Amino acid sequence: MKIVVCIKQVPDTNEVKLDPKTNRLIRDGVPSIINHDDKSGIEAALQLKEKVGGTVTVVCMGPPQADVALREALAMGCDEAYLLSAREFGGSDTCATAIIISTALKKIGYDIVITGRQAIDGDTAQVGPQIAENLGIPQISYTEELDINDAADTVTVKRQYEDRYHMIEAKTPCLLTALQELAEPRYMHAGGIIDAYAKDITVWGFDDLKDGLNPDHIGLNGSPTKVVTSFGKMAKGAGEKLDVTPDEAVAAIIAKMEEKHII
Amino acid sequence: MDFKLSKTHLLQQEMYRKFAETEIKPIAEEMDETEVYDQELLAKMHKYGLMGIPYSREFGGVGGDYLSYALCMEEVSKIDGSTGITISVHTSLCCSCIDGFGTKEQKEKFLRPLIDGSKTGCYGLTEPNAGSDAAGQQTQAVYDEATDEYIINGGKIFTTNSGFADLCVVFALTDKSLGTKGISAFVVPLKNEDGSRAEGVTVSDNIRRMGIRAASNCEVSYENVRVPAANRLGKEGQGFKIAMKALDGGRIGIAAQSVGLAQGALNEALAYVKERKQFGRPIAAFQTTQFKLADMQTKIDAARLMTWRAAKTKDEGGNYGPEAAMAKLFASDVANQVCREAVQLMGGYGYCREYPVERALRDAKITEIYEGTSEVMKMVVAGSMKIK
Repeated sequence: MKIVVCIKQVPDTNEVKLDPKTNRLIRDGVPSIINHDDKSGIEAALQLKEKVGGTVTVVCMGPPQADVALREALAMGCDEAYLLSAREFGGSDTCATAIIISTALKKIGYDIVITGRQAIDGDTAQVGPQIAENLGIPQISYTEELDINDAADTVTVKRQYEDRYHMIEAKTPCLLTALQELAEPRYMHAGGIIDAYAKDITVWGFDDLKDGLNPDHIGLNGSPTKVVTSFGKMAKGAGEKLDVTPDEAVAAIIAKMEEKHII
Repeated sequence: MDFKLSKTHLLQQEMYRKFAETEIKPIAEEMDETEVYDQELLAKMHKYGLMGIPYSREFGGVGGDYLSYALCMEEVSKIDGSTGITISVHTSLCCSCIDGFGTKEQKEKFLRPLIDGSKTGCYGLTEPNAGSDAAGQQTQAVYDEATDEYIINGGKIFTTNSGFADLCVVFALTDKSLGTKGISAFVVPLKNEDGSRAEGVTVSDNIRRMGIRAASNCEVSYENVRVPAANRLGKEGQGFKIAMKALDGGRIGIAAQSVGLAQGALNEALAYVKERKQFGRPIAAFQTTQFKLADMQTKIDAARLMTWRAAKTKDEGGNYGPEAAMAKLFASDVANQVCREAVQLMGGYGYCREYPVERALRDAKITEIYEGTSEVMKMVVAGSMKIK
C-alpha cells in the first residue's frame, strides 16, 4: 500500500506579521515547523504502515527551505520525500496549489492520500478537498480516528463535525484530512535524522510536472483568489484593573455595563 | 575552521531539545524530590535512540558521532542534570568499554541490547578507598580453571545507574602484584534474564546526595560472583587502560552536561529578570544585570566551544584526552559559577526549590568531582604539556 502525506511548512507562531505592501506573510526570522494537522497525518500514515505494511511518501510544496520539513518527516520514519518547488508555483492560492499537488500525486501514485485539515497560517481547509476533487477520489475530512482493514482496501473513519460524529467507511484510493487529535506525532529518531540526510529528496519544478499543468492555472497570476488587503488585529486598549473583592467586582462590572447601556 | 553545526547536527539538536522540554521538564522536579529516576522516561530515551548515539548501526546504535552525543547531553542537562548523567554513564562509560575493547561476539551479546534499547548499563571503578587514586583497587577476580570462570569479590561505590541497570563493567584485580597492570575489566550481569538480582550481587539503596538526586547512585557489592571468562574485556591486565580510555571520552559528556546546566540556569534567569520589577523597572534594565548575563553567556560559549572541539577531535581519531580534560575542567567551573549567579539574579526565588536554578546549582557541584575531579583534570592537562 502506498500512503502519501501532503505537508506544509508554516511559521511557528500565532503572531504572524504581514507585509503591508504584498499582503503576504513575512517569514524571515520566524522559525518554521511542519503544520500541526499535517504532522498528525504523518503519524497516522506511519501507524497504517505499521499495521498493514507498505510505504509512506511525503510531499511538500514550498520554497527550497522546506527541505528541512521533509527531512523531519523522513526522520520520523517516512520512506521517501518530494519537494515541489518552482518560481512558477509561487503565490499560488489554494486552487492553484491543489492543481500542482494533484498533478504530482498522479505521477507519484497513491492508495491513500492524507493531508492536514488546515494550515495554521492560511486556515482555509481547502487544499485537501480540492486535491481529492482533482483526483476524482472520495474525500473524508476532519478525521479524528482512523482504521484500516487487513486487506488494506477499506478505511473506517470517525469524522468530527461541530455537533456530531460520522462513522464513514471508504474504499481506497481515497483522501483523508487529518485533525491534530488524530494521532500524537512521534519524535524523530536520532538515527532517523542521520538516515534522513543520507537520503535524496526528489525536487520537482515546473518542467517535471508541465505535462499535467496549465501555466495559466498556477502561481500568483493563475490563482482565482486575490487578496485585496490584509491587516493585523487592532490592539485593544489597556482596560481598567480593579483590586477588589469578588462581590465588589460584580457590582463594579454591572455598574460599568449599565453605564455603557449594555444592560 | 568551521564553528557551524551541520544540518544533521542541527536537526538532532532540535529533536533532543524538544524531547527534553516535552518529556523531561514536566517531571524533573518531582524526580529530584523523590530521588527516583522515572523508568518510563528511561524507556522513551532508549526508544528514540538517546542511549546509543555514538555507536555503530552494525550493533543497533544510532550511528552518530561524539558531537551528536555532546549535543544531546547539553540539551537534556539544560532541563535535568540527573538525566544527563544517566545517559552519560550508560553511553560513554559502560558502552564505550565494550565497543572499544570487546570482541565481535561480546559486542553482539552485550553492546547490542545496550544500544538498541533493551538494556541499561553502568560502570564500576570507584571504590570506598579508590577514588582519584583509581589504581588502588581492592576488588578481586580470581580465575577458576575448572569452570573457566572468574570469581569476583569486592565492593564498588557511587555506581551510577546501578539501582536499575542490567549489567555493569566492573574493574577488578586479577594480579595484585602488578599494580595497575594487574587490573582487568569484566562485564557482570547485575540481573538475571527474568529481572531478578544476580547471585552474589547486592545493590544498596540510592546514596543520599546534594544534587543529581534523581540519578541512581548506589553501593554495589560482589560476593563470589561468577562470570564466564568470555565476559572479560580485553586481556588480563588491560583493565586500567580500558577504564581510563572510557573516562577520557566520558569527560566530553560531563563537559557537555556542565554547559547544559549552565545554559539552562542562564535561560531561567534571563526570563526572570525581564519580568521581575524592582525600583520601578524590570531588573533586566539595570546594567549590572546585563553585564552579569553577558559574563555568564561568554563563559558558557567558551565552555561549549572547548567541548565541541574535544568531541570533534575524538570523532576525527585525534588525541582528544587533554582537550576533553580541559573542556571538563573549564566547563564544570563555569557551570558552578553560572548556576550560582543565576540563583543570585533570582534572589530569594532562585533559592526556592520550585525554581529550577536551585536544582541546577546543586546538580552543578558534582561536575567538578565525578569522572575525574578538577584536580585530576589538571594532572591530565599538565601531563600533556611536557612540563618536566
